[in-house]
Amino acid sequence: MSQTDIEIVVEDPTAPEDDSPSVVSSGTIEIVVCLLLLALAITLGYDNWRTGASWDATGPEPGYFPFYLSVILGGGSLYGLIAALVSYRAARETFVTRAQGRRVMAVFVPTLLFCLVTQVLGLYVASFLLISGFMRLVGRIALWKSLLTAFVFTAIMFVTFDIAFDVIMPKGPLEAALGR
Amino acid sequence: MEAFGLLLHGFAVLLTWKTLVLMMVGLVLGIFVGVLPGLGGPNGVAILLPLTFTMDPTSAIVMLSCIYWGALFGGAITSILFNIPGEAWSVATTFDGYPMAQQGRAAEALTAAFTSSFIGSLVAVLLITFLAPMISSFALKFGPPEFFAVYLLTFCSFVGLGREAKHKTVISMSLGLLLAGIGMDTVSGNLRMTFGSPELLRGINFLVAVIGLFGISEILLTMEERLALRGHAAGISLRVVLGVWKDLPKYWVTLLRSSFIGCWLGITPGGAIAASFMGYNLAKRFAKESESFGKGRIEGVFAPETAAHASGTSALLPMLALGIPGSGTAAILLGGLMVWGLNPGPLLFVEHKDFVWGLIASMYLGNVVGLVLVLTTVPIFASILRVPFAAVAPMIVVSCAIGAYAIQNAMFDIWLMLGFGIVGYVFKKIGIPLAPFTLALVLGNRAEDAFRLSMIGSGGNLGVFWSNGLVGSITTLAFLLLFWPVIDGLLARVGVTHRTRTTSH
Repeated sequence: MSQTDIEIVVEDPTAPEDDSPSVVSSGTIEIVVCLLLLALAITLGYDNWRTGASWDATGPEPGYFPFYLSVILGGGSLYGLIAALVSYRAARETFVTRAQGRRVMAVFVPTLLFCLVTQVLGLYVASFLLISGFMRLVGRIALWKSLLTAFVFTAIMFVTFDIAFDVIMPKGPLEAALGR
Repeated sequence: MEAFGLLLHGFAVLLTWKTLVLMMVGLVLGIFVGVLPGLGGPNGVAILLPLTFTMDPTSAIVMLSCIYWGALFGGAITSILFNIPGEAWSVATTFDGYPMAQQGRAAEALTAAFTSSFIGSLVAVLLITFLAPMISSFALKFGPPEFFAVYLLTFCSFVGLGREAKHKTVISMSLGLLLAGIGMDTVSGNLRMTFGSPELLRGINFLVAVIGLFGISEILLTMEERLALRGHAAGISLRVVLGVWKDLPKYWVTLLRSSFIGCWLGITPGGAIAASFMGYNLAKRFAKESESFGKGRIEGVFAPETAAHASGTSALLPMLALGIPGSGTAAILLGGLMVWGLNPGPLLFVEHKDFVWGLIASMYLGNVVGLVLVLTTVPIFASILRVPFAAVAPMIVVSCAIGAYAIQNAMFDIWLMLGFGIVGYVFKKIGIPLAPFTLALVLGNRAEDAFRLSMIGSGGNLGVFWSNGLVGSITTLAFLLLFWPVIDGLLARVGVTHRTRTTSH
């Protein structure tokens, strides 16, 4: 087998190491998720019971269908909880390693900030900041490339949505100053 | 032959410059989406859906379905050249496709993949053309009980036939149905599960949830992995294409078998992923020298690709004929139909002939154009992967946010999208399937309405679901499928004892 014709090579310098220690096991997360779902099922079930989950003269009351669904959801998550507790000691699969967690946070935190900035400064400014910041700080790409890419992408989005298709996005002081 | 005349009419609707341009745009965007890691068919369609809000429904569905075809084609490129399946349904393509590329036969493998994709979808489109009108005219006789029974059948078959742990499918489905019920109750006008929040009054929008579940969560998952890649160069010459096509008739059994598997699993909620693996495994089992599979055999590319495409395409059949999507992407297209003001279901074939036949005609045309497009532009698309993920990821996040906001012009929806992104990430990692959730969320209200209307009609008697032969057999079939694992286990036990008894003789 010849390996000579490999042409496209992309490196990933910040890739998570394979031997990174586990932060939390899948079993623990499964237990937490089942508890949360159980709580949700009880809350929604109670709310539907309050709305009315029985039959009246015209047929089932508004809460009837969702009430029984909450019961099913509760049952499913209770089963999942017990199943996860039973196999907790036996199977200790890794949910996420420390290196992986760091990388996931490197995307999640900027995304969270992006949503916050969108609320204050509008989507287009936030998108410029997210793309340029992410490329520069996480991707370690040259500053001018990051700024240029972010500007071009944001401008294309603005022209496509705001001007061509008339789909209005949240805007902030910058757009107001430019008269859009 | 009525279908044939209507199909010609569909082509007439389609053959305008505007539609053809949209088709090309859709295909290019779709291949793009299919090639990029961290984006797939359903996310691509969901993110680009807002672009179509101001279009007329026919142009909109043509563009969206072309994105879908493009994504199906694009997945094969990375599988063969980089050994990285762009989509879960192209995992099986890597088994023989990548070894072929290593042996310097990348062009051959790519041609085989694209051609068999084309054949698979062609078979499925033919099936849709002739079967969908029949099913929908049959379904016109359906009342609320029949519809509820069909919904029940869909949900139960997910639980009974899915490969995930049963309780996880149940959790995913009931959560979807519950979230669909949030907001104003359509029958009585009461508010449900809003807890006094004005934001929840509107309910949870299906598309917002999908963008979060598939778009944002996919980015988080992709970042966990090592993103370095080494790929083979590929340019396809006409000589290679004609060479592969000349050999096609030799593989007609494989192609036909895979098309059949794909169509079957596409209509039932088995899905393209299961279809591609099954196609591959059966081709291997029936082959004369099955050891040569996995070492760069061209049949190993034909079989999974044909099945995946046949399945991806035929998933649209139940959506068009009954208003029940056969896959996650079909569910998103269904959500699109509702946004454009069309009511999915059997009436679509009567009330919106232009739309339905335009869509079906676009499946023929889109696949032909797509085949030519991918064969000629593979090197360009392969080089997309040179763009670092650090540049692609924030752009996807921004596109997701635009998509989520555009649906109802609500900032709350951007936060909701982020929330669903986390849910999708966690669910995928602990093995709670997302497809049943998607399906339940989009069908929830319709299923509930059908249930309540049947109950009002019968005066609260559950016997209405067994009141005639048709609805009775659908309901019974639904319960059979729900308990299929149990029944299958019992049958197997009977079979085993029977067999041991005969062998002991």
